[in-house]
Amino acid sequence: MSNEIVLKVENLSKIYKIGEIGTGTLSHDINRWWAKFRGHEDPTSKISQINQRSQVAKSDYIHAIKDINFDVKNGQVLGIIGKNGAGKSTLLKIISRITSPTTGSIKAKGRLSSLLEVGTGMHPELTARENIYLNGSIMGMKKIEISSRFDDIIDFAGCKMFVDTPIKRFSSGMNVRLGFAVAAFLEPEILIVDEVLAVGDVEFQKQAIGKMKDVSKNSGRTVLFVSHNMASVQHLCDTCMLLKNGQLDSLGSTDLIIDKYLKINANQFSFERKNNFDEIYVSNLEIESQKGNSIISGEDIKIFMYYKSNIIDPEASYEFIIGIWNENFAEQFMLTNNYLNELIKLNSPTGCIVFHVKKLPLNIGSYTLNTMIKKNNMRMDFQENIYSFKIDNNNYYNSGISYPLNYNGIYVDFSVNLKQ
Amino acid sequence: MSDKNSWSVEIYPVKSHLKIDFKTLWSYKDLLVMFVKRDIVTVYKQTILGPIWFFIQPIMTSFIFMFVFSDIAKISTDGIPNLLFYLNGLIIWNFFSESFIMTSDTFFSNSNIFSKVYFPRLILPLSKLVSGILKFSIQFALFIAVWLYYLFKNDGLLNPNYLIFITPFLIILIGLIGLGFGLIVSSITRKYRDLKFFINFAVQLTMYLTPVIYPVSQITSNNLKLLLKFNPLSHLIEAFKFSFLGKGAFTFNGLMYSFLFTLTVLFIGIFYFNKAEKDFIDTI
Repeated sequence: MSNEIVLKVENLSKIYKIGEIGTGTLSHDINRWWAKFRGHEDPTSKISQINQRSQVAKSDYIHAIKDINFDVKNGQVLGIIGKNGAGKSTLLKIISRITSPTTGSIKAKGRLSSLLEVGTGMHPELTARENIYLNGSIMGMKKIEISSRFDDIIDFAGCKMFVDTPIKRFSSGMNVRLGFAVAAFLEPEILIVDEVLAVGDVEFQKQAIGKMKDVSKNSGRTVLFVSHNMASVQHLCDTCMLLKNGQLDSLGSTDLIIDKYLKINANQFSFERKNNFDEIYVSNLEIESQKGNSIISGEDIKIFMYYKSNIIDPEASYEFIIGIWNENFAEQFMLTNNYLNELIKLNSPTGCIVFHVKKLPLNIGSYTLNTMIKKNNMRMDFQENIYSFKIDNNNYYNSGISYPLNYNGIYVDFSVNLKQ
Repeated sequence: MSDKNSWSVEIYPVKSHLKIDFKTLWSYKDLLVMFVKRDIVTVYKQTILGPIWFFIQPIMTSFIFMFVFSDIAKISTDGIPNLLFYLNGLIIWNFFSESFIMTSDTFFSNSNIFSKVYFPRLILPLSKLVSGILKFSIQFALFIAVWLYYLFKNDGLLNPNYLIFITPFLIILIGLIGLGFGLIVSSITRKYRDLKFFINFAVQLTMYLTPVIYPVSQITSNNLKLLLKFNPLSHLIEAFKFSFLGKGAFTFNGLMYSFLFTLTVLFIGIFYFNKAEKDFIDTI
C-alpha cells in the first residue's frame, strides 16, 4: 500500500502561443479550425519548439512543457525545482486542473488539492467565519468538514476575537494567516503546493513549514512542492525533480538534484568596465564560493579584485573599496582595507586584492558591485555596476528559513536564549 | 486498488465539450450554496435598509415607469392597474437581465479564483442563476402582495386562471435563457473582449423588444409583431401576465417555441462554456 503509485503523469505537453493574444486570433482560430475540419493535425503542434528563452523564437508557438513522465508514490514528498520559465508553474497548473494539457495525461488516486495561493476567493465584506466557509468550499471542502474543523482553524489563525468581524478590517498579515489556516486543515490525499511559503512574516513562514512537514511526515500524505528556495526544498522533500526548458532534466534524491540545479543555474557573473582611468584601475573581479558557481547566503566567500597600474609608486598607500548594492540600488555593505587599518603598498603593476567575507549575510537576490581605488586618499578609479552576481539560495541559519522575498534586510549572526 | 480503473482523478486533453460531469458538479453543491450566500449577503452589507432594498428597487422603478410610460407617453396597460402591470414586467425582466449579465461575466470577474483553484467552473454561473432566483422570489412576494390587494378589491380587472400553476416553469425557462446566453457571451468575451461593451446596449434594446412596458395587443406594426413572435421572452412574459392578470397573448405554440429555444441556447452555451473553461486561463 505504501509503495502504491498515486500520481501518474504520462507524456505531458503544453503548447502556448507567443506574443499578444487578441489581435489576429480570429484568423488563427479559423486556420486551426479549418485544419481540424479537414481532419488534419492541429497545425500548431507541429511547428513548436522547446522552451529556450535565450533563443529567438522560431515559431509562434512554444512548448511550455514537453513530454514529461513521472510517477509519485504514496507518502512521497516531491520537490519540483528549476529556473524561472522552466515550466514549473505550467506543470503545477495542469496537475491542479487550472489549465488543460495539449497532449498526455495525468491520473491520480484520492482527492487532489492545490495550494497555489492562500485565501483564494475571500471577500473583504464577509466576516472571518463566513470567509472560512467560503474559502474552505472553494478549496474543495464539504460544509461538514469545515464545521468540524472550524475551532481548530480559528485557533491556528489566532483570530478568535474577530470571528464575526469583516476581514476588510483585518491587517494583511491576519488575512494571510486566516487563509493559510483554512489551507492547513485541507486534508487531501495529494497536496500540490506552490511557493506560498514565501508570503507572510518569518513567524508565519516557520509555522507554514512546520505544518507542511507535519502534513507530509506524520500523516503520510503525498505532497508536490514547487519552490525557488532550495533550503526549504532540502528541508521538506525526499526526492526532487529538475525541470529545464520545459523538459524533465532529472529525478532523484534531493541532495543530488539540488547540486545539479545549482550547477546548471550557474551564476551569471558579469564584469563590465564603463570608463578607463590610466594610473590604476580594476581590471577584473572574481568571486570564489564553496559551491563553485553558485553563491549561497551564509557561506564564506572570497572576492578577488585584480588591478592594473601604470605608475608604480611604492611610497603611496592605497585603499581598495568594494560596495555591494541590491537590485533596488540600496547599499548593503562596504568592504575596504582602511576599516581594518590595513595599509596596502603596491610594488607590482598587476596584482590581486582578496577580500574574505565570512558568513555572507546577503539575502537571496541579485547584487551589483561598485569599486573604488584611492591613492593617498585621492580617488583614482571609480566603477559603478562593475560586477553583478546572484544569490540563489540561503542557508544562513541552517534552519531552512529565509527572510520573506520582499524583505530587503541582511542576515545577522546572532543567538537567542532565555534568561531566568 | 491496483487495477486501472481505480484512478479517481484523470486529466486528459479536452476531447468532448458537451459532457457535463453531473457527479462532480453535485459534489460541489456546498460551494454553490456558499457562492449564493456570498452574492446575497454582500450586496447590502453596510446599508441601513439591508434586504429591504430588494423591495424598494422594483417599486421605485415601477413608479418611474408609471410616470414616464403611462402618464407622459400614454401607453396603455390593457386595462390592468398600472402598478401591477409594470411590477409584473419589471420583476421578470430584472430576473432575466440579472441571469444574463451576471453569468456573462463569469470568466472575466473570476479569473483570479479560476487561476488558482480548480472546481467545476459551471458552479459559478449556476450560483448566479440560483441567487437570481432567490432575488426574484423576494420580489415575486412583493408582486403577490400587490396582486392580492387588487384581487380582493374585486373590481373585475384581474382574471387569474389555472395557468398560474405553470408559472414556475416559465420562470425557470427565462432563467435558463439568461444562463444560456450568459454562457455563450462569457466564452466569447474571454478571448474577444469587444463584446463586453455591447452587452449593456443589447440588454436595453431587448427590453424594448420584449413586452415589458407595453402589452402585445398595442402593437400594430407587422414587423414588430413578427419580431415579438421570434422573441422567446415575449411568449414567456405574456404567458405569465395571462395567468396572473388574465390579459396577455398566450399561445401554446409560442410556449413550445420558447421551450425549444431555451434548450438550444442552453445546449450551445454549455458547449462553448466547456470549451472555454479548459484553457481560458491561457487566453484571458
